[in-house]
Amino acid sequence: MFGWLLNRQMLTLSYIANYGYTDASGNYYITIDSQKCDGCGKCVDACPEKVLEIITDDYDDLVAKVRDEVVKNLKYICGPCKPTSGARELRCLMSCEKEAITHSW
Amino acid sequence: MAIVYAGWKEYSWKTSDKDWTTAKTITAGVDVGSVSSQALVLTDNDIFCYSNVHTGSSSPDSAHKAMNMALEGTGIKLEDVQFTVGTGYGRVNVPFANKTITEISCHARGAHWLFPSVRTILDMGGQDCKAIRCDEQGRLTQFLMNDKCAAGSGRSMEILGELLSVPVEDIGPRSLDIKKEPPTVSSTCVVFAKSEALSLLRGGVPLNEVIAAYCDALAHRVYTLVSRIGMEEDFVISGGIAKNLGVVRRLEKLFGVKAHISFEPQIIGALGAALFARELLEKSAST
Repeated sequence: MFGWLLNRQMLTLSYIANYGYTDASGNYYITIDSQKCDGCGKCVDACPEKVLEIITDDYDDLVAKVRDEVVKNLKYICGPCKPTSGARELRCLMSCEKEAITHSW
Repeated sequence: MAIVYAGWKEYSWKTSDKDWTTAKTITAGVDVGSVSSQALVLTDNDIFCYSNVHTGSSSPDSAHKAMNMALEGTGIKLEDVQFTVGTGYGRVNVPFANKTITEISCHARGAHWLFPSVRTILDMGGQDCKAIRCDEQGRLTQFLMNDKCAAGSGRSMEILGELLSVPVEDIGPRSLDIKKEPPTVSSTCVVFAKSEALSLLRGGVPLNEVIAAYCDALAHRVYTLVSRIGMEEDFVISGGIAKNLGVVRRLEKLFGVKAHISFEPQIIGALGAALFARELLEKSAST
């Protein structure tokens, strides 16, 4: 049993994925730490704009990812949750107990 | 006939000193990119043959074309390939692939196989630019992709070539053949490049310096991208722009390190895919 655990540990990979872009107005990246993310999917339901999805990655682990369709528009799609007049607590960040999600802006 | 400056010839390569019939494993990787597609066949742990072709409007056709061209004249038939991994932006449309893996993992794997000391990979493709970090075993640790803007991509160099009537492969050498430092271009945007390049030329700036200015701008743009995830040596540049020495030298200057460039920088994705295919084949055989 411990052998299996050890083996699993070695096979499981962790990486930091940055989804987003840089343009003349700034950096708009959502970063997901696959080591912390367990693919629970709470962030998917929490986001009113359905920015996130759960995928099976190259190493057969479930992990959250920013959907390809929205990755080039994050500044605008995340806009309603990020009013310039004062910060609001972000639903995606609050829904994630593992604190796997961070925003660059 | 109009001269197409951004055009390039499709080509293939095959080894001359290895007999594939004695190989234990024959695996392939197919990387269908936005501009070019590559197929690469590994016999055991050696590169046997590869090809680099234009990506057409249909990804399945491009995958077939790349594979057929790679296998042409080698005696290997598609059925002889035991496991194929598809990668690249058209990876889900490789009809004969047994599995698909993202190009990010494949680049890390391929670059690590060629240069085991690599920790940072910069892949400058036709329409996007990826910065990838990997560990000492070639496994992905961090990545960042920019495909919103063409300014850091191979496409921007093709457009520049068209604009200034310079073949795309001459851009690198010309950008290094300058007498003084080029002016700074105010916009890296390739859509606006035409007016700015023309006004520079009209202002008496030599052609090579205008080319150098755009190579500089591209290098700076990519530099900020890589800096976001941090650069750790050794450093590999892959993708079509790795063939442009003007950009490579400028990036090396910005980072202060020398970059590793593969003998064929465009096949690294397909190579990584073929390596994954070999591992998956061995895994499936052992269970």
